[in-house]
Amino acid sequence: METTRLIIVAVGGQGNLLASKVLGEAALLAGVPVRMSEIHGMAQRGGVVESAMVFGDAESSIISDGEADILLGFEPAETLRAIKRCNKNTQVITNTAPVPPFTVAAGLGTYPDVEEIKQLIQAKTAGLVAIDAMSLAREAGSPMSVNIVLLGALVQTGALGFNRDVVEEAIRRRVKPAFLDVNLKAFDLGFKAAASA
Amino acid sequence: MHKLLQDLPGEKIMLLGNEAIARGAVEAGVAFATTYPGTPSSEISLNLFQMSQESDLYFEYSTNEKVALEVAAAAANSGLRTFCMMKHVGVNVAADPLMTLAYVGVTAGMVILSADDPAMFSSQNEQDNRYYAKFGNLPMMEPSSVAEAKDMIKDAFELSESLKQPVLLRTTTRINHSNAFVTFGEIKPRNTRGRFEKDPHRCVTVPAVSRGLHVKVLEKMKNAARLSDASSYNFVQGAGPLGVITNGVSLYYAADAVKDLGLTDRAKILRLGFSNPLPRKMIADFLAECEKVLVVEEGEPFMEEAVKAIAQEQGITIPIKGKSDELFSRLFEYDPAMVREKMAAFFNVPYTPKTSVDTSDVPEIPMRPPNLCSGCSHRATFYEVKQAAKDMDVICPNDIGCYTLGFLPPLSTGDFVICMGSSVSSSCGFSKATDQKVVSFIGDSTFFHSGITGLVNAVFNNHNFTLVILENDITAMTGHQPHPGVDMDRFGLSGYGRVNIEKLVRAVGVEHVSIIKPFKVQKSIDIIKEALAFKGVSVIISQEPCALYAKSLKLKKIRPFVVSDKCVDHRDCITTIACPSFYLDKDNRVAIDANTCVGCAVCAQICPENAIRPLKQ
Repeated sequence: METTRLIIVAVGGQGNLLASKVLGEAALLAGVPVRMSEIHGMAQRGGVVESAMVFGDAESSIISDGEADILLGFEPAETLRAIKRCNKNTQVITNTAPVPPFTVAAGLGTYPDVEEIKQLIQAKTAGLVAIDAMSLAREAGSPMSVNIVLLGALVQTGALGFNRDVVEEAIRRRVKPAFLDVNLKAFDLGFKAAASA
Repeated sequence: MHKLLQDLPGEKIMLLGNEAIARGAVEAGVAFATTYPGTPSSEISLNLFQMSQESDLYFEYSTNEKVALEVAAAAANSGLRTFCMMKHVGVNVAADPLMTLAYVGVTAGMVILSADDPAMFSSQNEQDNRYYAKFGNLPMMEPSSVAEAKDMIKDAFELSESLKQPVLLRTTTRINHSNAFVTFGEIKPRNTRGRFEKDPHRCVTVPAVSRGLHVKVLEKMKNAARLSDASSYNFVQGAGPLGVITNGVSLYYAADAVKDLGLTDRAKILRLGFSNPLPRKMIADFLAECEKVLVVEEGEPFMEEAVKAIAQEQGITIPIKGKSDELFSRLFEYDPAMVREKMAAFFNVPYTPKTSVDTSDVPEIPMRPPNLCSGCSHRATFYEVKQAAKDMDVICPNDIGCYTLGFLPPLSTGDFVICMGSSVSSSCGFSKATDQKVVSFIGDSTFFHSGITGLVNAVFNNHNFTLVILENDITAMTGHQPHPGVDMDRFGLSGYGRVNIEKLVRAVGVEHVSIIKPFKVQKSIDIIKEALAFKGVSVIISQEPCALYAKSLKLKKIRPFVVSDKCVDHRDCITTIACPSFYLDKDNRVAIDANTCVGCAVCAQICPENAIRPLKQ
């Protein structure tokens, strides 16, 4: 079985741990072995949260620099920061809605131009799907569903090899019933947005 | 029902490593569990705490790791299967009972888990606690995966019972915080009531007894060595003249490297999962059938040095390498590409690494360091202390918790942090060794953990400093665990006591004790000034619940603030308190994110223009 290595980067609170659990559940449903690793603790206090998921035969649960097959970024500057995890064959999917770090407000840095971020990633990798996941999440009914919008976009690219039925079933298993409709709508909006991106 | 209590053998479920370990303990019939929380171990105890509320499992958050281990030692000597878990540096705190408990042993299975943190994701050092097993004569087991961790803890209990010796289960962050599918096994019935049978010649460690116990513990370790040589946790996979010896998560990096480098027919791997005592015969046999051996282990050269010693005894002269300038480092974590590269170099096989994209033209991306949360009471307290002490030459020893982040600018209130409790005791030293004013900070949970003894020392030796106890009603950093000062009604639990920090501090003999409510800025500054002027030990207790905890309990009605048009853009709010709810809007003007602002109103009290106002709802 082919090995597919996926890195998810997000800002604490954007729900990347739930996103990776949904993909893990989808892997179980699809009969694909998966290992995943995440970071907790001090790093979570407003910092960057990263999950690594390895699908297929490889046994390691972390991913070295240059070895991600897919990079899924929940925040554009964080997607660019994680670009060293990519090689020229990496498929990148990113949210384009910035969550500027506090250091920008404090005058300690300048937030890069989102168009420039997109161009840089596009030029360096095999492909970029960039969508405004925050607007779509709001359209779905909750800004908290950014993570599921992005899963929709990820699945649409086909990079992971899972079909949407499997991932939607995984969402049903992992998301609380009260939020299910919003999240299924979010998934659909992300999927469609990636198709026309 | 708690998901880890389900009696569903064969059920396949995705679990975090720490959940798998907690489930393994339950399957092993663990009856008694103690801890002090610490990343990366915290979710093990959190799950046991939750399960104890709906079963007859006894669980407690003890005041520190030494207490946790001593409480556990009594249970394990009363016939109960006992589990005591902590982060790696917690074992330092528990080291005193640990060393002698190994002599005394146990009458029922006891597993002590040390969660090591290579690369220091959430720790102050990356010590390799495998040496504790060797140092303390404790059998040790180390899993390589989440699923193995669950099964291994069950065998660790069996091993402990067969040797009547506590067993160290050593994990690393990549086990604790990885997710994988795990298959539930059967839950062994718990024996929850024990009886202590007096045995003073084993349990009372006066010198005459301990001399005999030291002899016995060495005999036990001889037995353990035989078991290690026969253990299925020590195994060889693959075949060929090239040898790899590895442990823990490195097994998978090594196995992937063997495959990726096309060495499947030429290399074999010896995985050591029962790693103290090491299986010396098995290692000798392995070495005898290798042309060269690479040792792949994160941390210190624990296995490498032992393997080299075994080779010397056997007269085996093949190259054995692990840590060196050219090969593996003693620093940080390993990763698959690093292991592949080093293995290719050592075994002389061609290898072209995948190249990362060129990042030379990527603009500098603003840093996103961890930060105190919006509305965190620590931010207010740090600001107020800085204001009260602004004309003084101040040293600020800080401690271990969220508030360690106070060392970052612009708050910059953290000058010396080494371990839990060190804020208080190091203040004693700074106040005697220098003429600088000393103001130190410690959280409430950390104060109970190891701050009290330092404060008693300060009173007795008549030191001169101000200690600020940050009482936020919870152990915040590790995920909101209770501590002895917590109102357990908030957890919906009854039958707990509660220790009042103010009464405790007064009882210790501190003469100048004051209380501040940090969201009342000017009043707090005035009170802090008085405390700073006192000659001797003064304590300020800053009382305000953790903002995240208060939010989760809905303790307060949240009323966010906004920046009004009275703002003249001098940005005192951002530059002095750096709350992450501030951002610059599209006109480059200061604004407040109403979704994250919790309405602490500290910025509103700092703004000289009174431009920050509650949002009209």
